[in-house]
Amino acid sequence: MTEFSNFQIFKLNKLEAKTLFDKIWDDHVVRSIEDGPDVLYIDRHYIHEITSPQAFNGLKERGIPVFRPGKTIATADHNIPTKDQHLQIRDELSRNQVERLSENCNKHGIELFGLNDSKNGIVHVIGPELGYTLPGMTIVCGDSHTSTHGAFGTIAFGIGTSEVEMVLATQCILQQKPKKMKITVNGNPHKGVTSKDIIMYIISEISTSGATGYFVEYSGSAITSLSMEARMTICNMSIEMGARGGLIAPDETTFDYLKKLPSIPGIDDFESSVSKWKKLKSDPDASFDRELVFDAALIKPMITYGTNPGMGMAIDGSIPLAEGKNNEASSSYLKSLDYMGLKPGMMLLGHPIDYVFIGSCTNGRIEDFRAFAQIIRGRKKAANITALIVPGSKKVEEQMAAEGLLEIYKNAGFEVRQPGCSSCLAMNEDKIPAGKYAVSTSNRNFEGRQGPGARTLLASPITAAAAAITGRISDPREFINEEKNVKK
Amino acid sequence: MPKVKFDILESTCVPLPFENVDTDQIIPARFLSATSREGFGDNLFRDWKYKKTGEKNSEFVLNNPRFSGKVLVAGKNFGSGSSREHAVWTIFDYGFRAVVSSFFADIFMNNCLINGLLPIVISEDLLKKLHDLIQKEPATKVKIDLDKQTFTIISSGDSVIFGINPYKKECLLKGLDDIDFLLSMKNIITGYETNRNLVK
Repeated sequence: MTEFSNFQIFKLNKLEAKTLFDKIWDDHVVRSIEDGPDVLYIDRHYIHEITSPQAFNGLKERGIPVFRPGKTIATADHNIPTKDQHLQIRDELSRNQVERLSENCNKHGIELFGLNDSKNGIVHVIGPELGYTLPGMTIVCGDSHTSTHGAFGTIAFGIGTSEVEMVLATQCILQQKPKKMKITVNGNPHKGVTSKDIIMYIISEISTSGATGYFVEYSGSAITSLSMEARMTICNMSIEMGARGGLIAPDETTFDYLKKLPSIPGIDDFESSVSKWKKLKSDPDASFDRELVFDAALIKPMITYGTNPGMGMAIDGSIPLAEGKNNEASSSYLKSLDYMGLKPGMMLLGHPIDYVFIGSCTNGRIEDFRAFAQIIRGRKKAANITALIVPGSKKVEEQMAAEGLLEIYKNAGFEVRQPGCSSCLAMNEDKIPAGKYAVSTSNRNFEGRQGPGARTLLASPITAAAAAITGRISDPREFINEEKNVKK
Repeated sequence: MPKVKFDILESTCVPLPFENVDTDQIIPARFLSATSREGFGDNLFRDWKYKKTGEKNSEFVLNNPRFSGKVLVAGKNFGSGSSREHAVWTIFDYGFRAVVSSFFADIFMNNCLINGLLPIVISEDLLKKLHDLIQKEPATKVKIDLDKQTFTIISSGDSVIFGINPYKKECLLKGLDDIDFLLSMKNIITGYETNRNLVK
């Protein structure tokens, strides 16, 4: 097309020492536009009901097909109910969106794990568990928590709906290559400190915009010793410090996880894939634009007190008098605490709460429900607590049943709901009422995120469990038996 | 994807001097159950515009008749959080054509450029000065010239050059569309697919 003749496009030169991010990115650059973005090829595209309908409308208006339907995988997760999923969705707009997703997938030959499918679940939970997320891939989805998949050594990030349309139309998007940041966490975390606490600690140190413009590689012994589920929690919240995404080099833990999957679509020779994946690591002399180092031994169980994920502190701490290194609190800071009904200098331990939510793409995997179960086993839910227990997928729900976790939850007075995004963004009925406090294992404590006026306190599954049985914000370390092996 | 052109804009401003305004505030998730791009504008900052009781919050800037215009002057780290492009559609649908801040979240900025809502980054000092000027004199006008990449506060004479990716600039000036561009490259994309290294 002549109107684009002004843009100089060229192939990338091969650089010498590269980071893992460079290697994967450069391998997926179809062409670069001079002074402009790269044309980036996408290996895996996940879609869901909320951010895809307008993209399909766009294809229809242009009269074009989906270019590579086999590379897109769909699920219904954001707005679906977590009770009585076999019945028709009551909310008309939600029902319409879910139906449109089915129609669009049928029409274009896209694989859909819709409501009531035995493989349904939150997009960032089912992708890995069904073997669609593999090392070295570029992965996008119209959802900012796509960064989750970086745990497998992928470049995975959230995109807008127009970009969803670009991927459907051409399997490519236009992206400016971000800068590179390395975050190293050394040492061993203390008992009661989970991967959720590690990432919440990092965000509280560098703020919600501390990594804006960067793609992060996580490394260090406190990261490489984590399970895949725990790594996903870390990468998931990369976006909460502003990063486009975060990744971890694949290793034996990654390959073991993949090997245990029932099947991996598109991979015939697993061992030869592993030998290729083993090359996916940063060169020793590769340089990053910014490097940060943290000591895991300094991290305590974390909780947020404000209305962004950077407003977090150690559970036994007190709310800072001002944000960051400021001497005086800004109006934004005071507005945030006012919304939360909290004051600078307050301690949160012992503060009564009303709701507990465990689930979401951050902490809705089997290990999270095991960790929660270890705390509640043999105890009872506090009378003042309403608990929303929402598995991340049907597979997680099945696994909970198989391991006897459902029984433990029931005996402790907890009802387990059906999978979905649920109260993380409260698009369905699972809303926290105005003014009520919720200790939540999700990823965002924004104003109204869990319902208009809801007050969210982000924490790990075991901190949520401790709150659920005491009815107050409690230190999970008091509930951990030394011998028990709690999720790291 | 709509083809929107942008060249020169002269307008009064609406000030929103809060930091870390996330896309959940711009358009709460419960309003995302639509399947078209239109009609989101009424719900811009829905939970700040209305009180819990359902009445209009007269203290909120969008309900204040002193302030109007096509330029939203925001605070630092605007548009963080969810990737929802609906946030940009909502601001555009409400009538804004440019957003000014000292710092934008990545995905939000990308979504702005795709939809013809011009994100302009200025220094924290100038942003503070602009907020002060608007508060004192709501008729304060700014002029944005995309071709020259200049942002000018007309009354004070402050004028700065703002940055924009040259590709995106040309797309906005000419009303070009990313998908048309990518579609024009389909043969090259197919060629790439047949010669892959890491992932088959």
